[in-house]
Amino acid sequence: MKMTAMTDVTTDNQTPPTLTEEPAAAPVAEPIQMPQVPEQETELSGETVGNIHCENPFMIANDVNVYYGDNHAIKNVSLEIGKKEVIALIGPSGCGKSTFLRCLNRMNDTIETARVTGQITLDGKDIHRKEQDPVALRARVGMVFQKPNPFPKSIYDNVAYGPRIHGLAADRAELDDIVHTSLERAGLLKEVKDRLDEPGTSLSGGQQQRLCIARTIAVNPEVILMDEPCSALDPIATARIEDLMDELCEDYAIVIVTHSMQQAARVSRRVAYFHLGLLVEVDETDRIFTNPQHRLTEDYITGRIG
Amino acid sequence: MAKSKGQTTREKVEAGLPRRRRKELMFKFVGMLATTVGVVFLGVFFSTLIAEGSSAFKQTFMKLDIELAEDVIAPGGELDLAYADFDGLVRSALREAIPEVSGRRDRRELYRLVSVGAAYQLRDLVEANPELVGTKQTMWVPASSNVDMLIKGNIDAELDESLRPISDKQIAWVGTLQDDGRIETRFNKALFTNGDSRDPELAGIKGAVMGSLYMLIVTIALSFPIGVAAAIYLEEFAPRNRWSDLIEVNINNLAAVPSIVFGLLGLAVFINWASLPRSAPLVGGLVLTLLTLPVIIIASRAAIKAVPPSIREAALGLGASQTQVVFHHVLPLALPGMLTGTIIGMSRALGESAPLLMIGMVAFIVDVPGGFNDPATALPIQIYLWADSPERAFAERTSAAIIVLLGFLLLMNLAAVILRKRMERKW
Repeated sequence: MKMTAMTDVTTDNQTPPTLTEEPAAAPVAEPIQMPQVPEQETELSGETVGNIHCENPFMIANDVNVYYGDNHAIKNVSLEIGKKEVIALIGPSGCGKSTFLRCLNRMNDTIETARVTGQITLDGKDIHRKEQDPVALRARVGMVFQKPNPFPKSIYDNVAYGPRIHGLAADRAELDDIVHTSLERAGLLKEVKDRLDEPGTSLSGGQQQRLCIARTIAVNPEVILMDEPCSALDPIATARIEDLMDELCEDYAIVIVTHSMQQAARVSRRVAYFHLGLLVEVDETDRIFTNPQHRLTEDYITGRIG
Repeated sequence: MAKSKGQTTREKVEAGLPRRRRKELMFKFVGMLATTVGVVFLGVFFSTLIAEGSSAFKQTFMKLDIELAEDVIAPGGELDLAYADFDGLVRSALREAIPEVSGRRDRRELYRLVSVGAAYQLRDLVEANPELVGTKQTMWVPASSNVDMLIKGNIDAELDESLRPISDKQIAWVGTLQDDGRIETRFNKALFTNGDSRDPELAGIKGAVMGSLYMLIVTIALSFPIGVAAAIYLEEFAPRNRWSDLIEVNINNLAAVPSIVFGLLGLAVFINWASLPRSAPLVGGLVLTLLTLPVIIIASRAAIKAVPPSIREAALGLGASQTQVVFHHVLPLALPGMLTGTIIGMSRALGESAPLLMIGMVAFIVDVPGGFNDPATALPIQIYLWADSPERAFAERTSAAIIVLLGFLLLMNLAAVILRKRMERKW
């Protein structure tokens, strides 16, 4: 690979991360993220440095591999996710962080060519065990997507959908209560309480994303997965969602994929750095950003690789 | 990189601009030409159709004073509708209107001025009002189609007598009747209330319209649910493998199969093997179902594909099952597209004639069908049958039937547009 091409790529990837769009299911590891200097290849040994363990683990991934057809998208990833903690997954585009996230609630099941090996446990039980219904799993592990995707229904129906299909509310009053509480916790109630009948799609982008978060917490999950939830939002809406995450982590475990180092630093307690399908380093957020152990992590957070 | 052969990028761009502009202009011109040609053809088509067909909505009637003689209708005091000589009563009224006619041949010519429908009209009147027997009634009865054509100017009286279907004497009598105020053109109700007939002035499209209606009921009742279910299964549930590829290719090919082949299939399977009745709307509907299914499946699949995957993911992420995702989210969003496809399929079915020929719906059927198993014909077939008839008066009826058919098609397409507008949801 020519050096000129390399520099081009690096500048490309230094555009603000909030603008980079990564298709959730894009399995392709782009060749541009190859290590710059040959000696680093030896560093990419597949062993995770730092500490994958945490106190009070709730979800444990053990030796997880994901293949999209012949493409080995995730390689031997082991990671623990604690109760009531925010863990950020960072890394360059195509490094597998979204793929890993989608493993946690088995959203990869919907991609026919995807194959997952290894073990992921939720509260001590394997989520791939036979009697585990993915529907029940997704009720416990909710997900917020990169682009706000409210249903083309009213704001009320958007939030009430999850409780309705799972039969969480006994009557209308209880459902009203769930909807109001969820909107309140998502910090949206004040803005929408007089127009719950209006379509969810009529809200602004930031409001839509908070509506999606309200919709997710209405089911009262134990873990919330967030796949770059702020990448389509402006800084003000982003700040609101980050505040929201701070509040939500008092009750839920939150796994967030982000391209913004600042966001990871602000919201998370631990950070996991992915590179080319490998989990390179996991540690407390402070340690990752002040004293990364791995050369690649350091290069990434200092902006030397995209 | 900016320079090659001493030219800057800007020079190169500017050098190429006139050529690009010329191309653009050419394309615009060709496009306008194509549109104009299309519009002109459409205009010619509609104007000839309306010019030719509009006169069929009017019909010439003749005023006769008919004596409802008791000895003819009710000999011995009892109504005898089956054998009573209503024809004779009409004829004597006609003789009374033009008293100067004498001689058998002339009288026979005179009788040809009035339609055979006059006698039926008289019988229906007496059947409904038996108390009228013995009185004299002034009635407007349909004139024969030749008189009708003469009045509408479709027969040239200047032509040599041997070249027109109406004689000099008859023309003179019609003139007398006109002078007496006994001839009038009125709205042609028979066109909409009668079945087919050998006599143009009595022929109507009700039989064909009802036949088409019964067929479309069968078609829509079968093809919409089957087509939508197949599309949902193929798009949302079926595994992607060689079999589903094979099915997909076959469905796409079926949409392109000539329609008469479906008629042959219907003949072999529904009539010969399943022993369903010939000429029946039920069989016609089944054949048209086969014909429209591929269209509906393809349109429905396209509509399902157009539902954004983010909606699916959102529902799945909340823990909706695949079936819930389909029925709560995908189907409501895809429904307008599915309905549009269905109505386009129905329009095609309504205008289809070739497969119906194969299953015997091309027969001359006078009675208006009353059910799915009655012998029937369809609107396009009726048009074909009338276009094939030698009488001059059938020419305008053919055009009138085409106008009615186009009217139905227009209504259906309008319904498709309205449904789409009302059900479309933004996301």
